[in-house]
Amino acid sequence: MATIPTQPGDEPLPAVGADTDAAVDLTAAAVEVIPPGIVAQSLGEYLRGWVARVRGGDAGVLPVAFALLAVAIVFTIVSPNHVFLSSKNLVNLFDQSAVFIVLAMGEGFVLLLGEIDLSIGYVAAIGGTVAADLVQPSPNWPWWAAILAALLVCAGIGAIHGFIITRLRMPAFVVTLAGYLLWFGVMIIILGTAGGVSITSTVLPNQEALYGIVYAYIDPLVAWVGLLAIVGLLGAAMWLRDAGRRRSGLVAPPVGLTVAKIVLVAGAGIVVVAICNVNRGNFLPIVGVPWVVPLVLVVLGAWTILLERTQFGRHMYAVGGNAEAARRAGINVSRVRTLAFILCSLTAALAGIIYCSQLGGLTTNINGGQLVLYAVAAAVIGGTSLFGGRGRAIHGLLGGLVIGAIYNGLYLLGLPIQWQLIITGLVLLAAVSVDSLSRKGVGSGATARA
Amino acid sequence: MADPNEPTGSLPASNPGATPVSASEPLLRLRGISKHFGAVQALYGVDVDLPSGQVTALCGDNGAGKSVLTKCIAGIHEPDQGEMFWEGRLVHIRTPGDAAALGIETVYQDLALADNLDIVQNMFLGRERLSRGLLDEDSMERAAAATLASLRVTTVRSIRQPVATLSGGQRQAVAVAKAVMWNSKLVMLDEPTAALGVAQTRMVLDLIVRLKDHGLAVMVISHNLNDVFEVADRVAVLRLGRMVAQDQLSAFDRQSVVDFMTTGTSTRQVTASDATAMKD
Repeated sequence: MATIPTQPGDEPLPAVGADTDAAVDLTAAAVEVIPPGIVAQSLGEYLRGWVARVRGGDAGVLPVAFALLAVAIVFTIVSPNHVFLSSKNLVNLFDQSAVFIVLAMGEGFVLLLGEIDLSIGYVAAIGGTVAADLVQPSPNWPWWAAILAALLVCAGIGAIHGFIITRLRMPAFVVTLAGYLLWFGVMIIILGTAGGVSITSTVLPNQEALYGIVYAYIDPLVAWVGLLAIVGLLGAAMWLRDAGRRRSGLVAPPVGLTVAKIVLVAGAGIVVVAICNVNRGNFLPIVGVPWVVPLVLVVLGAWTILLERTQFGRHMYAVGGNAEAARRAGINVSRVRTLAFILCSLTAALAGIIYCSQLGGLTTNINGGQLVLYAVAAAVIGGTSLFGGRGRAIHGLLGGLVIGAIYNGLYLLGLPIQWQLIITGLVLLAAVSVDSLSRKGVGSGATARA
Repeated sequence: MADPNEPTGSLPASNPGATPVSASEPLLRLRGISKHFGAVQALYGVDVDLPSGQVTALCGDNGAGKSVLTKCIAGIHEPDQGEMFWEGRLVHIRTPGDAAALGIETVYQDLALADNLDIVQNMFLGRERLSRGLLDEDSMERAAAATLASLRVTTVRSIRQPVATLSGGQRQAVAVAKAVMWNSKLVMLDEPTAALGVAQTRMVLDLIVRLKDHGLAVMVISHNLNDVFEVADRVAVLRLGRMVAQDQLSAFDRQSVVDFMTTGTSTRQVTASDATAMKD
C-alpha cells in the first residue's frame, strides 16, 4: 500500500489540520455530473443520478440506444408493409452496418486522442483489395493469410501516417487528407486495368471463405449454444467483478445495475439470434447468424479490453484528455499517437474486408470519402468526443447501427440519395451538438469534460 | 548573508564541479545550471541546495526562471550546463522518468491532471499497477484511497469520479497526493496556493509542513510572501535567471525578499551587496 513514504514504522499522515473538512468541502458545484454508477446505492438512485447527468450533457450510451430504438420504430411504421422489421431486412441491416461499425471503432482510436483520420475509407479499400487479390486464382493464398496480409499492409500505412504526424509534427488532418488521395490512387493501381476484383467464385474455397464472412451463416443450434456461452461467461465475469468490489468496499455499481446490464446483454443477444434464425429465404430456406456478427463482436471485445483494461488503453485516454499531463507522467506520447493511427488503419482493413465480402468484390467506384464521413459520424453519434479523451469501442457499434439503420430505412422508403445525405447530416449535427454542449460542462463549475 | 561564497550551511563555492566539503550534504545540490531557449537565456549558472527535512521557498518575479529551474530538476528540460548532485552523487536527469526514479515529484501549477480520468487513474498515471497484463484496478483503488485518507481528503464523493468534477481545492489535494504516494524524497510544488481560497490554502500549507516533518525535501515556488514566511525554512530568490540570494529564512524579512526579487539586491541586509556579485 502506498501511503506517504516515511521512515519505517511511521504511521500514515495524520489529519492535515483541524479545519480540513471545511477546506475541501467544495463539492457542491460539481456533483451533478458525477457518473451515477459510482455513487448510487440503488437502481432508483442510479436512475435519478443518470437523469441529472443527462441534463449536464454527458449521458453515456443510453441516449444513443434510445435513438436507435426511435429510428427503428419510425422506419417500421413508415416503411412499406413494415418491411423494416422483417428478418430479411434486419439481417441485411446488420451486414450493412458492420462496415460502419468496424470503421467507426477504428476511427475511435484517433478521435480519442483528439485527432482525425480522413484516409480510412481508402485505407479500408486497400485492405479489401489486397485480401481479394490474394485469393485470386494466380496467387491463391489461404484466406487467413490473405486477411493477415491485408491487416499488415494497412498497419504499415497507419505507421506511415503516425510517423509523419508525430516525428514531422504535421497536423493529422492534412497528413490523412493527403493519404485519402494517395491511397485512392494506389488502390486504383492495385485494381489494375480491370478496374475491379471479384471474390464470388464458387470453386475457389479461399474466395468462398472471404465471401462467406457476410454470406455464410452459423447453424441455428450452434448460434444458440454460442450465445449461451458468451452471455454466461460475460455475465459471470461482470457479476464476479462487481460483487467482489462491493465485498471489498471498493467503488462498485449497485446490484440492480449489474443485473440490469447482464439482462440487457442477454436480451440483445437473444433478439439478434432469434431474428437471424427466422427463415428469410424467398424460395430456399435461409437461416442463421451471418459470420460477420461474431466477427464484429470479437473486434468489440478486443478493443474494449485494450482500451479499458490495459495500460496502453489508459495511456490513450490520458493523452486524449491532457497530453501534457501524460507527457509529464512519463508516457511516450508520440508512441501512443503512432500506435493509435496504426490501430485505426488496422481496424479499417478489417472493415474493408467485410465491405469486400458484402459487395462480392471491390471496384474503383468505391466511395472512400463517404465511408470515412460515415465512420466519424457513427463514432460521434455513438458518444465518442471529437475533442479527444472520451470514447469507447461500443460507441462505434451503437453509432454504426444508427447510421446503418438510417441508410437502410431511407433506402426502403425509396428516398433518393440526396435525402439520405441530408438526414444523415442532420443526425450527425445533432450528435456533435450534444458533444459540444457536454464539453461546455453545462450546469457545472468544473472544467470541460473532454 | 546570501552569498554562496560565504556559506551558512553546506553551500560550497559557486564554481561548478566543486566537491562537497560539508558533512551535511543536501539531498539535491545544483551547481552552475544554465538553460537557454533559442536566443532567450532563462537561467545563468544557478546554484541551489535542497536539504532533506526542510522547506525551501523559491521566490522570484515573473520571468525570473523559477519554472524553468523546476522543470530542469523534474527532467522536463535538460540544462545546457551545470551539474546536479543527488545525495552527493553526480546525476543526469534527462527525462521525467529519471527524476521519478530518484524520488523527485513535482506538483505543477496546472496540476497536470487528465480531466477525463478519475482520481485513482490520475494518481497512478504512467505507473499503473498490472496483474496478469491487465490493469489491477482493485489494488490501485485501495492504495489511492489509503493515501487520500491519510491526507484527510475525505469530501470527494467518490474516488472514482472524474477529476473534471472536482473543485480547485480537491484537485490540488489530488495532485499533492499523487506526488507523495510514490517513494519520493523531494517534492516540488509550483504555486500550490495560487488558485485557492483561505481555508484551502491553510490545508495545503499544513500539508507542506507535514511533508517536511516526514523528512522529505520540499521546494515551494511562490509569489505569496505570507506563505513563504509561514512554511519555509530556507529562501532562494531568483531574478532574471540569476540566483541573487539564498539563505535561512531568518536572514530575510518580507521587504528584503521583495528587494531581491525586484532589484537583485537589498540594502536592508549588511552583506546583501555581495549577493549581486554572485555568478556574473
